[in-house]
Amino acid sequence: MLQDCRSFPAILLLNADRFAERPANRFKTRGIWHTWTWREVADEVRALAFGLRELGFRSGDRIAIVGRNRPRLYWAITAAQSLGGVAVPVYHDSVADEMAYVLGHAEVGFVMAEDQEQVDKILSLADRLPSLRHTLYDEPRGLRDYDHERLHHLDTVLTNGRAALERDPAGDGTWRAGIAAIRSEDLAVLLYTSGTTGRPKGVMLTYQNLISSAVNANRFDRLDETDEVVAYLPMAWIGDHIFSLAQSYCAGYCVCCPEAPDTIAQDRHEIAPTYFFAPPRIFEEMLTMMMVRIEDAMPIKRRMFHYFVAVARRCGAAADAGAAVPLTDRLLYGLGSILVYRPIKNRLGLSRIKVAYTAGEAIGPEMFGFFRSFGVNLKQLYGQTEACVYITMHPDDAVDVETVGIPAPGVDIRITEQGEIQFRSPGVFAGYYKEPERTDEIRTLDGWVKTGDAGYLDDRGHLRIIDRAKDVGRLTGGGLFAPKYIENKLKFFPEIKEAVAFGHDRDHGVAMINIDLAAVGNWAERNGVIYASYQELAAHPQVYDIVARHVAAVNRSLAADPRMAASQIRRFLILHKELDADDGELTRTQKVRRSFIAERYAPLVDALYTGPGVYEIATEVVFEDGRKGLVSGRVQVREAEIVAPPAGPASVARAA
Amino acid sequence: MTGMQAMDAMTQQTPTIQHHRAGTAEPAAGSAAARSAATRSAATGPADQVLLAVDRISLRFGGVNALTDVSFDIRRGEIRAIIGPNGAGKTSMLNCINGFYHPTDGTITFKGERRAHMRPYVAARGGIARTFQNVALFRGMTTLDNIMTGRALRMRCGLWRQLVRVGPALREEIEHRQVVEEIIDFLQIQHIRKVPVGRLPYGLQKRVELGRALAMEPDLLLLDEPMAGMNVEEKEDMCRFVVEANRHFRTTVALIEHDIGVVMDLSDRVVVLEYGRKIADGTPAEVKGDPAVIKAYLGVAH
Repeated sequence: MLQDCRSFPAILLLNADRFAERPANRFKTRGIWHTWTWREVADEVRALAFGLRELGFRSGDRIAIVGRNRPRLYWAITAAQSLGGVAVPVYHDSVADEMAYVLGHAEVGFVMAEDQEQVDKILSLADRLPSLRHTLYDEPRGLRDYDHERLHHLDTVLTNGRAALERDPAGDGTWRAGIAAIRSEDLAVLLYTSGTTGRPKGVMLTYQNLISSAVNANRFDRLDETDEVVAYLPMAWIGDHIFSLAQSYCAGYCVCCPEAPDTIAQDRHEIAPTYFFAPPRIFEEMLTMMMVRIEDAMPIKRRMFHYFVAVARRCGAAADAGAAVPLTDRLLYGLGSILVYRPIKNRLGLSRIKVAYTAGEAIGPEMFGFFRSFGVNLKQLYGQTEACVYITMHPDDAVDVETVGIPAPGVDIRITEQGEIQFRSPGVFAGYYKEPERTDEIRTLDGWVKTGDAGYLDDRGHLRIIDRAKDVGRLTGGGLFAPKYIENKLKFFPEIKEAVAFGHDRDHGVAMINIDLAAVGNWAERNGVIYASYQELAAHPQVYDIVARHVAAVNRSLAADPRMAASQIRRFLILHKELDADDGELTRTQKVRRSFIAERYAPLVDALYTGPGVYEIATEVVFEDGRKGLVSGRVQVREAEIVAPPAGPASVARAA
Repeated sequence: MTGMQAMDAMTQQTPTIQHHRAGTAEPAAGSAAARSAATRSAATGPADQVLLAVDRISLRFGGVNALTDVSFDIRRGEIRAIIGPNGAGKTSMLNCINGFYHPTDGTITFKGERRAHMRPYVAARGGIARTFQNVALFRGMTTLDNIMTGRALRMRCGLWRQLVRVGPALREEIEHRQVVEEIIDFLQIQHIRKVPVGRLPYGLQKRVELGRALAMEPDLLLLDEPMAGMNVEEKEDMCRFVVEANRHFRTTVALIEHDIGVVMDLSDRVVVLEYGRKIADGTPAEVKGDPAVIKAYLGVAH
């Protein structure tokens, strides 16, 4: 029984029994989907565990997982755990320095790397990692001539593991006994949060944390062994660990790994997952790609698409308002399903979706409504690494884009007097690794965790989030300034990829904007606008006009809310380069680091408060191999249209 | 003067590397290429065995002497570069080797057999594959189908069996598809497997063309400017593929390339042509220091 299992290796053995011949993993290689059943996975994990033990892996050892989603990388996690070890998944795209810090801090003895790229990175760090003993790799290409004294191909490790198992008939029993001895409060994984500020923190999660969260979530959305997901988000991120490992083990559903990073959309189309998680960014990309292709389609198809999108929106709006959908619209919707909705969902790989979630950032109401009106059960959730993801989530019958839903099963929520959201749940982490003082900063003695987000519970018990508590600022006039709230409104326009708003301790709000090269580039192509580079396109007067219209629209919507009317965007500029995680402007999860940007672009911020005009700027950029260069350009600052607030004073006491 | 320009083009390559945001794999790629170039000669077994020998070749078009009295050899398992200023006769040389042109004088010995008049299809059957300076793919066909055409010479089933496509024909197709999928994986072009090549950017088309040549499992692979018109990242990828093809598929490679950095990194031996004559032949280091080569490229005596 699942309730008796205290660890993932134990659940794996259970699944090998109860779901023996059901698929556990799929992986596309050489153009073909290969499938492993739960029994086969258990067998591979056992061989891998024995292979690791041959290399000297012992209870308490740490193994770093460095690479993209591949079945064998997931197996390495469980194999290490079965020996009493701890897995440390690491962001595969982090540069050598970041990786050195994490691997050193976690004192890893083993590394499971995906390929040559990652092995090269690890080898370049070897001098700085005294604890590192062995490196394993999955993909042998290019690694043939490397020194294999402390470097091992996974195939060899598996072969050695099987040989060891054969030599020692009692080995299997000992191994199982070891698994049975794992306690639920033992450490399962160390996940390093990318962090908007400062060094990454190692979040310690126990088996009990992960299993209880996974079981609750599976029950909430009725997930079972017939479900299927595509694992494509970074393995180091808690979301992937929960969706692609913890929940899969507990429910017995199948996890499919894409062939290559560029084939994810195609692979999703082929698998058609039933359970799907994506940050708003991915839904945005889907929508943008679809719109671009529709614009290139035959006129009749284009007209059909727009007509039925309108029908779907009408039906959706009526259904959300609780009104009855008129019969004609129902019939049209049925027709639309056959002609438009189903084919498009099929292309996007959403045709079998039971539950789809988005989280991490606010999602645009337009986009959210679009997917829902097509019949995709898209919902929002609110979560954190420290909570094993789930804090709140939308129930199927009460989805509302403005909120992030009701507390997840087993989660308690309270709002402090300062408006900060705090929670308590069985998923609450065991602490930050080797940093008790930082743990105490965010976890109270009675187990409440401070999220750092400001928000309130509405009258239906749904949680609404305004911004990061520390980011909510004040204008000098006293008005509330919630930068993220404004940035999100700007980013809902397809032409705007990123926005950074400033206004705290100033007399009005301003914004820096990054255009979306795909969307604006497509517009340029259709309108005969010629450009040679991102920089040139960003500085184009017509592009400025488009963005000015969007800023004005945002100002209008801000003006409609008396709490926010004062924080309208007075001036804006379009940045000459894309904000990039390698330059420290975004986090690895692609969130803007506002204070860093304010410092780095200080002359531009000053310019925004000086007045309209053209300003020179030079910025240092860091290339992926660590070299540095200068990008310089001219940036224009423009005035934006301001809307007078409808009524009442600009400064109103803050919400809830 | 053309020499001047060529040299300019080369020296300009280097600084652009500094400003380029290299792909994640790239920092290692250059050093990997260098490392392999150093170890390769030791690794391959019968390295000194001559695969192809060109003996006193001359090629004339009317009054134009495209090639005059050129001799060199290509050893089994090596990467042999042919360089020279524009119009030096490099492509003519490749065309002679794979039988597209017939040399006016001289002989070509391939795998110990002397051939006076070789036809391209005979060359292909004999194990010579090539890519072209200007990509020559079937633009309307997908990447997969294009690479599959590289297997055409190895298909044994006749037209009727192929049409019915059961039994042996199907088995054969699966076998060939397997080889092609290995190549697709090797060249990391899974995402464009089903995309018509006409829609692909130039760099990828070049990669598909290399894939098609590799699908023939050739003994000798002729590459005509495989990196021309590519950005630095694509170049580094291409270098990696050439080195890997050479080592893992044991393919002997003869390539024409203008990027001196690439040539020095990749090749075991270099032959230098100028105005249809051979002016130098040896290891990259030897050739680099050769006064005749410096003169050919700079146009002045040092």
